[in-house]
Amino acid sequence: MQGFGDAFAAAFALIVGFDADLMEIVLLSLRVTLSAVALACIIGFPLGAALAVGRFPFRTTLTVLINALMGLPPVVVGLGVYLMLSRAGPFGALGLLYTPTAMIIAQTILVTPIVAALTRQIVADLDTEYHETLRSMGAGRAARIGTLLWDGRFALMTAALAGLGRALAEVGAVMIVGGNIDHVTRVMTTAIALETSKGELAVALGLGIILMILSIVINALLMGARSASERAAYA
Amino acid sequence: MLRLVKSAPPPLALRLDNISLCRGGRMVVDSLDLDVPAQGITAIMGPNGAGKSLSLRIMAGLVAPDRGACRHDFTGKQDIALVFQKPVLLRRTVRANLAHALALYGVPRARRKVRIAELLEFGRLGPIADSPARALSGGEQQRVAMVRALAAKPKLLLLDEPTASLDPQATDAIETLIRDTAAKGAAVVIVTHDRGQATRLADHVRFMHKGTLVEAAPASDFMLAQKSPEAQAYLAGKLLL
Ligand SMILES: Nc1ncnc2c1ncn2[C@@H]1O[C@H](COP(=O)(O)OP(=O)(O)OP(=O)(O)O)[C@@H](O)[C@H]1O
Ligand SMILES: [Mg+2]
Repeated sequence: MQGFGDAFAAAFALIVGFDADLMEIVLLSLRVTLSAVALACIIGFPLGAALAVGRFPFRTTLTVLINALMGLPPVVVGLGVYLMLSRAGPFGALGLLYTPTAMIIAQTILVTPIVAALTRQIVADLDTEYHETLRSMGAGRAARIGTLLWDGRFALMTAALAGLGRALAEVGAVMIVGGNIDHVTRVMTTAIALETSKGELAVALGLGIILMILSIVINALLMGARSASERAAYA
Repeated sequence: MLRLVKSAPPPLALRLDNISLCRGGRMVVDSLDLDVPAQGITAIMGPNGAGKSLSLRIMAGLVAPDRGACRHDFTGKQDIALVFQKPVLLRRTVRANLAHALALYGVPRARRKVRIAELLEFGRLGPIADSPARALSGGEQQRVAMVRALAAKPKLLLLDEPTASLDPQATDAIETLIRDTAAKGAAVVIVTHDRGQATRLADHVRFMHKGTLVEAAPASDFMLAQKSPEAQAYLAGKLLL
């Protein structure tokens, strides 16, 4: 076990040297989480908008359910996806367990409720304000949803970034369905967990620092989106 | 204009027929009969809470009355346009607001640019065309809302106190727009508390009180002498109870 200072120095050396193994892990992390968030947005934006302005049976039930799923523990999602994808499970034949695809599926399930629930709130608030105006202009339901999503664009960006923050930070789901296999499914959070337990603090710290930086960047983007939203709405 | 033919009733743009509406447990519109002539500008006057805004919403088809009917011959969904007492503009530039309206009204993409230029010119919105609409002053927003409503080329334009919080210059700009619109042949209804504005613009006056019509008259007659005690008291600035 190295000294604390040595570990830091080694971590910085890995980062500034663009260490190949380190970069592979970072890039896989980004690939998995960005894919998951993109999918979550593709599902969550229309779903949230439909929950906000649609009229269909079980709308309230579904809304309550989605809101409850926002706080889903990642390990539980991981376990669920594991059961689905394991050899004995219903989708076992696809052979997806311990692949990045499995990790993307798990994180999509984790992030979609967050994006959908936030979208529902954003669109519902905007709809209260726009409803009569759009109706007086003869807007149909599709045009109405389109208008609400576009005018909520900056707020929706904050929803997506909230999802990204959650996906990037979670370890439970990707650990269970990815298995933390070197060069295949090892991402930042699982690598940190492993390297720390092995006592390899340099790699763990290096990844930890990169994760921190990414989290700061995401928060900066969040604030940027909020202020852009305020400028557009002037309210 | 000289009225040579006295006998035939003037053609109507729209007619509210014995309308009643309950809100918050009371009748806020009560057996209202109100007609809107097809020609000229009709001013609806009356104290706060008389039911003027709700009547406009019923005319625009936004609120269904509990009893009675709103009768008119308009078939297109954009034939009737309403500018609200508190207009809501979208979180976009003025230009994009107009483009959005034109898209809703089914104007083909290729023609929108020319129409936007026309509308900006008509509303004298050129200098603020690319500003975020909601950052504009109250008067500018009102003008954008008005031009947006006109983008539909409505046959009946409903205006709810369009100049209530505007300075004299902005008021003048809006009144010019209203006159131009009426001159193009559209019927215009304007709710106003401003006696001077009614005198300047209106051809017909409908006076409402407590959800019903109290007086209907040509504007020139109404401004000289009101028949109903309610209208007399209102114009004299007395409290109406
Ligand atoms: N949703 C509602 N719930 C309860 N009361 C309502 C509702 N909407 C309107 N009212 C009442 O209906 C009455 C008529 O409202 P309306 O807005 O038509 O008045 P108005 O003539 O436009 O008044 P103003 O000159 O102040 O704009 C008011 O007394 C108002 O309080
Ligand atoms: Mg009103």
